[in-house]
Amino acid sequence: MFFNFMDELRAAGITASLKEHLVLLEALEKDVIERNPEEFYYLSRATFVKDEGLLDRFDQVFSKVFKGIETSYGLQEEDIPLDWLKAVAEKYLSEEEMEKINSLGSWEEIMETLKERLEEQQKRHEGGSKWIGTGGTSPYGNSGYNPEGVRIGGEGGQKKAIKVWDKREFQNLDNSKLLGTRNIKVALRRLRKFAREGAADELDIDRTINGTAKKGWLDIHMRAERHNAVKLLLFLDVGGSMDPFIKLCEELFSAATSEFKNLEFFYFHNCPYEGVWKDNRRRFSERTNMWDILHKYGHDYKLIFVGDASMSPYEITHPGGSVEHFNEEAGVTWMQRLTNTYPAAAWLNPVPEKQWGYSQSVKIIRELMNDRMYPLTVDGLSDAMKQLTRKQG
Amino acid sequence: MRFDGTEDYVATDDLKVAVNAAMTLRRPLLVKGEPGTGKTVLAYEIAKAMGTPLIEWNVKSTTKAHQGLYEYDAVARLRDGQLGDERVHDISNYIRKGKLWEAFTAPELPVLLIDEIDKADIEFPNDLLQELDRMEFHVYETKETIKAAERPIVIITSNNEKELPDAFLRRCFFHYIKFPDRETMQEIINVHFPDIQGILVKRAMDIFYDVRDVPGLKKKPSTSELLDWLKLILNEDMPLEALQSKDSSKAIPPLHGALLKNEQDVMLFERLAFMAKREAR
Repeated sequence: MFFNFMDELRAAGITASLKEHLVLLEALEKDVIERNPEEFYYLSRATFVKDEGLLDRFDQVFSKVFKGIETSYGLQEEDIPLDWLKAVAEKYLSEEEMEKINSLGSWEEIMETLKERLEEQQKRHEGGSKWIGTGGTSPYGNSGYNPEGVRIGGEGGQKKAIKVWDKREFQNLDNSKLLGTRNIKVALRRLRKFAREGAADELDIDRTINGTAKKGWLDIHMRAERHNAVKLLLFLDVGGSMDPFIKLCEELFSAATSEFKNLEFFYFHNCPYEGVWKDNRRRFSERTNMWDILHKYGHDYKLIFVGDASMSPYEITHPGGSVEHFNEEAGVTWMQRLTNTYPAAAWLNPVPEKQWGYSQSVKIIRELMNDRMYPLTVDGLSDAMKQLTRKQG
Repeated sequence: MRFDGTEDYVATDDLKVAVNAAMTLRRPLLVKGEPGTGKTVLAYEIAKAMGTPLIEWNVKSTTKAHQGLYEYDAVARLRDGQLGDERVHDISNYIRKGKLWEAFTAPELPVLLIDEIDKADIEFPNDLLQELDRMEFHVYETKETIKAAERPIVIITSNNEKELPDAFLRRCFFHYIKFPDRETMQEIINVHFPDIQGILVKRAMDIFYDVRDVPGLKKKPSTSELLDWLKLILNEDMPLEALQSKDSSKAIPPLHGALLKNEQDVMLFERLAFMAKREAR
């Protein structure tokens, strides 16, 4: 009974196991529910879905299995906000074309035309221009929207529309995403080790008993209460060449935010300069001055960069080298200020370690970090945490 | 034994099914949802509806799984040993029962609430797997096994601060309390304020859902905050006009302290109000 249902659930990425299946059957046998479809739906939902993020997918599977309606789960739907589409539509479609499509009246057709337009745009600009940069796979590439292409097309005049697309690219790392973060968390736990510090106000039973047995009188030993006193400053590179690593960074970010109470995070692009930001949607309007960060957070904060460190060397070494704005002081100056202020620092690089040698900028950053660059793998993370807990001299 | 909500608690149909399934099969029910949507209150109400005692275990970041089972008070025994007390020879004098033990051996079938399980260490749920699955555990000091005569009803709440292990989730029923829609909210308000003016509620709910829709709020106000706010409005005898004013310069709702719990949010609203004023000019 319902085996088909379970298979479909598993196909949709909901981990339904035999155990849950048996629970469902047991519940049916014990007449937990009235015999109607709604209650059965609620019951099976409570049994199989253990994460609110999967509720929607479950609904789709349920309707497919029990009503025989085709669904398209697995295919990711692009949720492109209306006004962004409009902005692009204005850019790539002439007035008459818009009219024409509007008169046809179908949103799908508008989408189609847009898609074609953007694909053309992408082809025309492949290779060459510095604006393509190191940007490889775009997460939205499969649907034919290539923001990099958009950026090229729009240089001059219509900057507004470009930024909208850019911002699409720099989605905030979602810290509610909790998939597969357990092993990252276990690695991060290494940072907790030396958390037993501060005033000794807790009775150390083992040592007290030992001492009492040895000395013959009640020998009280106290120790500091165990708490996670680690403070973290997290700088995350977003956008451009970091796109292929979005999922990985999301997982790390989500694990870190749940593991550390004293965690501050900021985003930067390629190399940290005088301003970083907390919200990618408002990255151009709400920037945090780097000096403020250096002054606000004490030396005991541990500094972690997450980035691929892949950029043009000028972006690090020269004033004005940033691709986004004119930076008055070179990235190297800011990197030095940061590492001087925070002796405990590490750079986590999602690019596989064996490819580091090919990039000039990775070498420079590595030098600036005193070789404290680690691959963003569970092992690399453990090494980085081990290094961070060491006494910094 | 069925749970159908109580006079103080509006339970949606899906919640009822989940609760009833958990009660009939005696498996833990894991409840998640935005803060203030009534996760903890649910356990109180189930206990009240069933007329059974409620045993509450509030989990903190320092809580260890074994504290729920029992604790061995070595210090007391050490002291008694020094003083030459007779009690020292029987170790069971120094075993302190935990909440799970209490629940397993309660004379009447209780509801056990494990509140905010995600606050504890990441291994905490794993340490309770066997105990919650088989509803028994072993006391090493006295070599006895504590087994629940009848499996208690277990309600577990989580705020999603930490992810729970799969093995733990498999053993639970799950319910996500979603933020109530207007209709349900109306019912909830009616339950709490039976003689409130209809128009006042409508206006207050308009404001409330507007506030929730403001982008960039750090903490969105929840059901419990709406109820507090209404209580305040009723207490202050706030005239209806104060809520009704469509004047955009008053973008901050009256008595906003009950709805906005964060100085950044209040500042955001003040800025919005300022901008609205400037536009109006």
